Amino acid sequence: MNRYPLWKYLLIGVTLVVAFLYTLPNFFGEVPAVQVSPVRTSETVDTALLGRVEALLKTASLPTSGVELAGNSIKARFASTDVQIKAKDVLQNGLGERYTVALNLVSASPAWLSTLNALPMYLGLDLRGGVHFLLEVDMKAALEKAAVRYQNDFRTELRGDKIRYSRISREGNAVVVRFATRDQRDAAADKLAAVFTDLGFAAEDLDDGFLLTARLKPEAEKQVQEFALQQNITTLRNRVNELGVAEPVIQQQGANRVVVQLPGVQDTAKAKDILGRTATLEVRMVDEQADPLLVEQGQAPFGAEIVASREGGKIAVKKDVVLTGDSITDAAPGFDSTSAQAAVHINLDGKGARIFKDVTRENVGKRMAILLIEKGIAEAITAPVIREEIGGGRVQITGMETAQEASDVALLLRAGALAAPMQIVEERTVGPSMGAENIEKGFHSNIWGFLAVVAFMTIYYRVFGLFSSVALAINGFFLIALLSMLQATLTLPGMAAIALTLGMAIDANVLINERIREELRNGATPQAAIHAGYDRAWGTILDSNLTTLIAGIALFWLGSGPVRGFAVVLCLGILTSMFSAVTVSRAMVNLTYGRQPRLAKVSI
Amino acid sequence: MLELFPFKKTIPFMSWGKATTAISLLTFLFAIWALWDKGLNLGVDFTGGTVIEITTSHAANLPEIRGALEKTGLPEISVQTFGTSRDVLIRLPNKAHINAAETSNRVLAAVRTVDPSVELRRVDFVGPQVGKELYDSGALALLVVAFGIMAYLAIRFEWRFAVAGMLANLHDIVIILGVFAFFQWEFTLTVLAGVLAVLGYSVNESVVVFDRIRENIRKMRGATIPHIIDDAITRTMSRTIITHGSTQIMVLSMLFFGGEALHNFALALTIGIMFGIYSSVLVASPLLLMFGVKREHFIKPVEKKEEAVV
Repeated sequence: MNRYPLWKYLLIGVTLVVAFLYTLPNFFGEVPAVQVSPVRTSETVDTALLGRVEALLKTASLPTSGVELAGNSIKARFASTDVQIKAKDVLQNGLGERYTVALNLVSASPAWLSTLNALPMYLGLDLRGGVHFLLEVDMKAALEKAAVRYQNDFRTELRGDKIRYSRISREGNAVVVRFATRDQRDAAADKLAAVFTDLGFAAEDLDDGFLLTARLKPEAEKQVQEFALQQNITTLRNRVNELGVAEPVIQQQGANRVVVQLPGVQDTAKAKDILGRTATLEVRMVDEQADPLLVEQGQAPFGAEIVASREGGKIAVKKDVVLTGDSITDAAPGFDSTSAQAAVHINLDGKGARIFKDVTRENVGKRMAILLIEKGIAEAITAPVIREEIGGGRVQITGMETAQEASDVALLLRAGALAAPMQIVEERTVGPSMGAENIEKGFHSNIWGFLAVVAFMTIYYRVFGLFSSVALAINGFFLIALLSMLQATLTLPGMAAIALTLGMAIDANVLINERIREELRNGATPQAAIHAGYDRAWGTILDSNLTTLIAGIALFWLGSGPVRGFAVVLCLGILTSMFSAVTVSRAMVNLTYGRQPRLAKVSI
Repeated sequence: MLELFPFKKTIPFMSWGKATTAISLLTFLFAIWALWDKGLNLGVDFTGGTVIEITTSHAANLPEIRGALEKTGLPEISVQTFGTSRDVLIRLPNKAHINAAETSNRVLAAVRTVDPSVELRRVDFVGPQVGKELYDSGALALLVVAFGIMAYLAIRFEWRFAVAGMLANLHDIVIILGVFAFFQWEFTLTVLAGVLAVLGYSVNESVVVFDRIRENIRKMRGATIPHIIDDAITRTMSRTIITHGSTQIMVLSMLFFGGEALHNFALALTIGIMFGIYSSVLVASPLLLMFGVKREHFIKPVEKKEEAVV
């Protein structure tokens, strides 16, 4: 009656072994490590790089306890944090700017466990310390930026076709072109509509002129916004890489938000500074005809605008942009070979190099301004006189005050521009000591609660209570193993959920044990009582757990942040507890009592 | 056999129906009043704003810190200690004209001018829009959970059970919220998670009793409905108390050992568990009676099928 077929015992045995194996890495703790990953996410890490890392460490005679490829990065383990820091410097110097070298902690579990893909749970920021940012992309600005681009493109198109217009202006997201005659307007409308298929055009007749208004079509508008978000994520990834953070998280959230998580970051001011900067670079010609006196007063000549110069004073620059930061493929800080001033060396892409060559050839003897535009304010970093045609796409900018500034500018240029400004809408920082404290306290609360429940169950239900307690412990193993396998992020609310599910998981066993007692009271034989107890309780267990599961799923679906972390563990905990409380505890009962056909008494 | 609750006779819970309904109505009204009069002390998660937690190496000099912060020109800063005299909590509301992203840096820099030993423990900054969204999605989650559970109960049992169970559980939720409002404890996102967990947990409780009622209706052919309900509650009493006890042990362990971060979460669960045990027994079942549960609702030809589930 109370016997399982062999396959059931085997199945339970296998799940127990698997659960134990995957729980194991969590007990080994962590060792200091250095993580090497490429700055550009498009690049991949290979065994050649692995060899270079090993060779560098060998020549520096730094002992490592293992170098391995993990995903798109290389991790080298070290015995102490001293060696770790030395190794970081050696590797950063040896590998150069193309790689990010970051301090990290990796699991100390033996290699054979790692090859089974048995990794410890990933700890959330509230448990390991670090910064979480939620950034919102300013979509209105992204659309306006697109409109500005179309404004310039219209000008080029209409001039190219020699269609006369009186003015091109931008009103919000729309570009408005004004014409003197209807024929000109209609000709322009035909031409532009053929070229710019993403735009919708509307014509309007006024008393003093004829208007053509262009607007992005809704689907194109959506595309512009998606593109802006994607470019911003890429840019953020580059900037974060420059910070040298191990295992950063950069993810899209919703239609216009980006989550950035930087584990272990201490200097939040620096991180915020790098992330929040909205610098773009533009190269424009200086307006040589401008009256210096008027420029000082802030009066810009037609087609030009006044910007502050870092060299002091103000200069007038033409509105037409020669090049933007998009054309920059690389930028590195350095020193000017003749003046020994801090400088930034820039490489341009093919199109940029061609434009730059043309412009420098046509404008020898004139000045060219390099503008850094941050938070909508343009500043001329430098405005050198063009001495000769510059080909090959290699440009050097001087004018930085310090080497640090040159390095910051280079970083910004290299990381690329944001397609639209972003704003931090949420920031959560957890200090490292608080993270450690959270782990310790959460862990202790789980242990003490668990021990108290076990003590009560064993005293109250004796052998069956012992079985229930073992089932509960196994439930804990299952839950941690599952969380480790899924590499779910464990947060403080998640730890609370582990405690809560352990408390609630005992409910199934209480239901079963009470049922068995009741059957015994009603005069059933022990074997029949056990059988009926498990059978009758099952319906109730299913009903009560499924209702809780519904709550858990809704929490996961609608929740965010801590609520979600809680919900994941709650849902998994319900599933594991149904298995462990019913099947595993039954297996123990069957093994103990099932073979005695004339069982006189059970300990419950 | 060790028994803490040796109930030999059926306890006449239903004859106390009037008294228990009156008590729960009173507590319910009290909770509504507290919510109405005081409102929830919503944490920064929902309102937006900045909370900065710092710790100093010796007892913090609050007036000095306040003075330094006033110089930053940030308005409406509140500075208070919590837990120990070395832990300081600084709060700033959201203001439109302040660059919120830099606020925490400014505050920290200002505090460090008076006490360089200050260590940053935690910063929570939430924009007003994000806070509002969290609030809305929290309310939506509460609704979806409630309707999801009701739908499940209606399918597995009958609509009367679904409505009674849901009312009993909303009663628990309202009381937790009421207590939080009355004592002005901070209501954070984690507390919300606790409240929603209570919703699931408390239904769990009702389901166990309902299950027994359904079983008794089929088995105890001669008995009246109130007697059937009394019997169901009595038979499950032992289990109810033990399960609540063990869950409460874990929650109390969190309350005592879990630290500041889990304190309010554990409080919400404690209240939820206390009222969960009461409502499943003394609110849900009288409601069931009130809705007029009859034997015919379960003695149907389809009933045989359900037993096959076993």
